[in-house]
Amino acid sequence: MKTTGAYQPVFTGPRRAQLDALLARYPTKRAALLPALWLVQDAHGWVSDESMVEVADTLGLTPAYVKGVVTFYTMYHQHPVGRHFIQICTTTPCNLCGAEGVVEAFLKHTGCTELGATSPDGRFTVVEVECLGACGFVTPVLVDEDFVEGVTAEQVPELLRRYP
Amino acid sequence: MGFPHKPHPKETVVLSQYFGDPEARSYAGWVKRGGYTALKTALGMPPAGVTDLVKESGLRGRGGAGFPTGMKWSFMPKQKTKPHYLCCNADESEPGTFKDREIMRWTPHALIEGCAIAMHAIQAEVGYIYIRGEFTEPIRIMQAALDEAYKERVLGPNALGSGKPLDLYVHRGAGAYICGEETALMNSIEGKRGNPRIRPPFPAQVGVFGMPTTVNNVETITAVVHIVNRGPAWYKGLALGNPKSTGTKLFSVCGHVARPGNYEVTAGFPLRDLIYDMAGLRPGRTLKAVQPGGSSVPIINREEAEACLLDYEGCVAVNTMLGSGGLIVYDDTADMVYQVMRLAKFYAHESCAQCTQCREGTGWTVRILERILAGKGKMEDLALLEDLGEQMTGKTICVLSDSCAAPVVSAMQRFRPEFEAYITGARKPALALA
Repeated sequence: MKTTGAYQPVFTGPRRAQLDALLARYPTKRAALLPALWLVQDAHGWVSDESMVEVADTLGLTPAYVKGVVTFYTMYHQHPVGRHFIQICTTTPCNLCGAEGVVEAFLKHTGCTELGATSPDGRFTVVEVECLGACGFVTPVLVDEDFVEGVTAEQVPELLRRYP
Repeated sequence: MGFPHKPHPKETVVLSQYFGDPEARSYAGWVKRGGYTALKTALGMPPAGVTDLVKESGLRGRGGAGFPTGMKWSFMPKQKTKPHYLCCNADESEPGTFKDREIMRWTPHALIEGCAIAMHAIQAEVGYIYIRGEFTEPIRIMQAALDEAYKERVLGPNALGSGKPLDLYVHRGAGAYICGEETALMNSIEGKRGNPRIRPPFPAQVGVFGMPTTVNNVETITAVVHIVNRGPAWYKGLALGNPKSTGTKLFSVCGHVARPGNYEVTAGFPLRDLIYDMAGLRPGRTLKAVQPGGSSVPIINREEAEACLLDYEGCVAVNTMLGSGGLIVYDDTADMVYQVMRLAKFYAHESCAQCTQCREGTGWTVRILERILAGKGKMEDLALLEDLGEQMTGKTICVLSDSCAAPVVSAMQRFRPEFEAYITGARKPALALA
């Protein structure tokens, strides 16, 4: 993996200071890897090969090691996603209460052709997610960092309007 | 949304007393409600004294395994020769379970106080609260409460004026059910893939960063605050079923019920009351099946559920487990074949892929069940699933594989005609194979 000239480094200025504060919490540099990857995703919207090289250099790891970790955790995007990333829970308790209909409504109203795809206008990416841990508030949906409970198929158009 | 219901008269409200009370979230509000007195009491006691208190209370792990908490603490080295750590397991990801989320959302300082008491008891100076990445709101609330606790010098180099340092941090996960397994959780904090470790060595000897470590669930740690405040005898007295299971337990009730939510009841409370009187079935429906401890425990039928007392032993008596206390309720409209396929899909997605039985077995389970649901199954498939379930149980580093097999095999034992109906064609296919 090589970095190209166009790459904008993440760990400069305030983000470097944030990382330094995180490093002070752990006895090893490697332990700051998950938090560092969150900072990368916050800055770039996803975790590219180039950013994995930067994280590896910063924490004294190899790019291959960093990629091994990135690919293990489902919340790190390994490719660019829409402006708003929508995760709908469909695991058993939600499934029992009709989550599949909520998924259909999201696909229909975002214009995403299938799960995992981004809408043609680049506004939304919709995915199914395994158990969001809010089984009493079906159907929970995570829109970017907003955790929305009790979403019904009828509410989807109104919910989407909040995310231009 | 997500605002908790008013407590039902049959509830014993301890941990959930301030659910729905936004004032209890702040440091000032928590102190006004008697907060941080337990920590003060604990810091004035020798660490072993706090551990003894918890041992006496009979408190057992609320994350799923039910291991006695005081005993777990006593496994930590008494003579401290290297750093000790506390990891608070807030990776709540077990389908059906959403109790730790409410504790963190409404009473973050209760959790901080409990962590600080536990850290004193196990002589740890640093602790990590590992919160699953999807819990964006609990992460924000816990971080704000930690900032306040530092500002008020409850935490920091001289915690509550004790002369001892106590440092506590949030560590955000990134989407992996398996990180709720304690050794996977420690690997994840260390910046590794969340693969469970082979035991021994146990965390009390070789834990996070290779140092002695205790891992406790959010609900367990929060209960400690009340045990210190009100005494172990009070906690031990809260037992309806038998003296081995004590205290209160939060049950997250979901699935086919009219009033889903968290209900806090005394150990040994009858499951039938919780479902029929408190959460309630939907109008006109009858109970078909229940998983009382989250998606990983065996599915029981109505007769078993009606006889079940909600404590560790009471669940075992009806062939299932208390687990994390996430009750998934299935009424007569539920298609058990489809639902266990959906559960197996969860485990196939979440397998860390270290062990063959799990990596391959979870995927095979899904494919066989999908074939049956598509009307392409054979009668031999049922024997195959049973055999597969046996090969997936007790043979791997952690119990994820067992957790996939348990609901599938138990459902086949209780609802076999439903599986057979898809195979014989008596029932129309529920899905088409790609």
